Amino acid sequence: MATEVKQHSVSPHNHHSELSFWRKYIFSTDHKVIGMQYLLTGLIMVFVGGFFAYVFRMQLAFPGQGIPLYGKLDANAYNMMITMHGTIMIFWVAMPLLVAAFGNLLIPTMIGADDMAFPTLNMISYWVFFISTVVLILSMVLPGPMAAGWTAYPPLSANGYPAQIDFWGSIGGSLWILAVALEFVAFLIGGINFLVTTFNMRAPGMKLMDMPITVWMMNIAVLVFMFSVGPLVAGAVMLLFDRSFGTGFYNPAVGGDPILFQHFFWFFGHPEVYVILLPGLGMVAEVIATMARKPLFGYKAIIYASIISGFLSFIVWAHHQFIAGIDPRMAVFFSFTTIMISVPFAVWMFAAIATLWKASITLNTPMLFALGFIGEFLLGGVTGIYLGASAFDIYAHDNYFVVAHFHYALIPDVFFGGLAAIYFWYPKFVGRMYNETLGKVHFWLTTLGFNMIFLPLFYNGLKGEHRRIFDYSAWPSLMSADMTQNRVIATVGMLILCAAQIPFVINMIHSARKGVKAERNPWKANSLEWVTASPPPHGNFETYPSVYRGPYEYSVPGREEDYWPQHLPQ
Amino acid sequence: MSTTAIEKNNLEESDSVSEKWVRPRMVDMPKGRLAMWWLIASEIVIFGGLIATYILFRLRHPEWGHAAGHTSTPLGALNTFFLLTSSLTIVLAHDAANRKDLKGAVRNMGITLFFGLGFLVVKSIEYSTEISHGFTLTAELFWSFYFLMTGLHALHVIAGMTTIFIIMLGVRKGKHLHRVEFAGMYWHLVDLVWILLFPLLYIAH
Repeated sequence: MATEVKQHSVSPHNHHSELSFWRKYIFSTDHKVIGMQYLLTGLIMVFVGGFFAYVFRMQLAFPGQGIPLYGKLDANAYNMMITMHGTIMIFWVAMPLLVAAFGNLLIPTMIGADDMAFPTLNMISYWVFFISTVVLILSMVLPGPMAAGWTAYPPLSANGYPAQIDFWGSIGGSLWILAVALEFVAFLIGGINFLVTTFNMRAPGMKLMDMPITVWMMNIAVLVFMFSVGPLVAGAVMLLFDRSFGTGFYNPAVGGDPILFQHFFWFFGHPEVYVILLPGLGMVAEVIATMARKPLFGYKAIIYASIISGFLSFIVWAHHQFIAGIDPRMAVFFSFTTIMISVPFAVWMFAAIATLWKASITLNTPMLFALGFIGEFLLGGVTGIYLGASAFDIYAHDNYFVVAHFHYALIPDVFFGGLAAIYFWYPKFVGRMYNETLGKVHFWLTTLGFNMIFLPLFYNGLKGEHRRIFDYSAWPSLMSADMTQNRVIATVGMLILCAAQIPFVINMIHSARKGVKAERNPWKANSLEWVTASPPPHGNFETYPSVYRGPYEYSVPGREEDYWPQHLPQ
Repeated sequence: MSTTAIEKNNLEESDSVSEKWVRPRMVDMPKGRLAMWWLIASEIVIFGGLIATYILFRLRHPEWGHAAGHTSTPLGALNTFFLLTSSLTIVLAHDAANRKDLKGAVRNMGITLFFGLGFLVVKSIEYSTEISHGFTLTAELFWSFYFLMTGLHALHVIAGMTTIFIIMLGVRKGKHLHRVEFAGMYWHLVDLVWILLFPLLYIAH
């Protein structure tokens, strides 16, 4: 059965040269095109989400003044913008960029497959995602947009109880729920595809422990996503019913419970952190091992630790609800598991640092971003341990300390990890080298801007700066000279971070047209995607590779070259 | 339909898209079946979350037993019978497809669709009776849960029937016989969810 040879009708893929423009670039079933579509959609959405951040950060630093490119901000628009900033950055940037785009680009090429297991389903996944993007944008411009924070807690998100049913007046918020649900559908379809591809389509000889760590991480992430998102789908339907038909699932007056939604949300929302973190960790590990020219330290330990963190991620969610009136005995349990889950990530950290130990490191742009990830993520991780302790969390939860914490966890992951991956695989999938100088300018400005925003916010948070206030001038105790100054510093940092993306955009567009043609394996890396041409042709490989060893055989003693590609026979 | 034509649209699919080479699989399972199991796993989490929530609420609200007394246990039992029988017929369809008995497969899928339709008819009779007695979606939280859970389940019945219908059209022409099994797997999920909903919403007072 396993090696049974089957002769089937010729697949339509063999006729790719005859495909029209639409079939080739728009409604394509090629995993590389779909990956690029996800990547570009994610990169466009990052500018939408970033624009909102720009507007509300300007408002916080200079309250009540006209904002260039926007005008005067009112409190309702402010609430809508913080909601959409969170929604977009998590669901329309982190997910498509780290999971969908790089999963699509890398999984088939890294395991030596010609495409995903279900190419048509893959295309459907992207177009459902595209529709969800359109619905999301509609939800912002139609009346009654969601303005209850990206977590959408009722009763605020249900327009209060008893329900004021105004279907057309609150259509925006309902469409927001629909957009998120469609997005989940897209990623469930894509995720099933990832799993089946990895399970059944690996190159001959590629055992599970021969897979690049990225493939492992993508699959663990997909599993975590798949098993956590279901209850929120049910919860979202209940919220939609409460908003639109006047049921009371979350209304305590009729026997419902508003905390129930928080459970639904965070039972998904916390695993979601790891859904986007794990692929980032995988890709950064890939960059570090390649640029350090050393075997990835503790490859198996990282994998086992990640699997354990996947399990643990299901029993930490209530640490988001320490201030929601949780039973103190449960708070102790969730504090314990939350602090425990830092252990698998400490394993990853030490493995990455040990890989760098005594290595001959190439400090190019992807490596800078990867090293930046280690340094910055450490701050997010360590403050996470503080917040895991419920006693501290009760003080810090609703102020800027938490905001700074999760931006220090997510920006290193999505921004630094994502950009490390973009630069690292740019030659492979675009076929040309990026400009190293512009890349380094991008890195240093990004690091400067990012730290300038969020380091001061830790300080302001500890001084009690509440995170849901539109205009601090109404609270004299929050308007002390140092806090006001920090808000301005953070806003200037945000402007630097925005400006830092200009060299990135120039680099990406210019290099795609005029860059030096990339060779097959510019980094002298081992995994299978570097075997094929850059960019890989339709069907990926000219001759399909077999695998003889793990992906991190760098600097093997006795070998002339310092790398040993997976597909070379002994 | 000649035997060779059936051979060509084999029961097994290949794992490779362009058929250039053959590779070992990790699980000894065609990719379609594997994907179906993952789909079912994700569906189970959706219904699992909903059912677990309902059970927790039900334990907190013993007075819902009174409301549950207004659901029609005989009609629910009839629907349980319909779905269980249709699960049998879809297995018979799968068996017939395995034997390349196209007529038998189509007939049994038709019977499955018939029972599925019967389920929906009975369900709509129940709904209209309940609504006419004033037990609407917003009457009580029990009824909110009742309509949400059975409604979501009914959507899955419709989705399953649509899938079976599309696959039946293919099987009639001798195409994609292996898909009968996938439709059956999904149909069993629909059946299984109902087996949980029936005691929770109808029997437990």
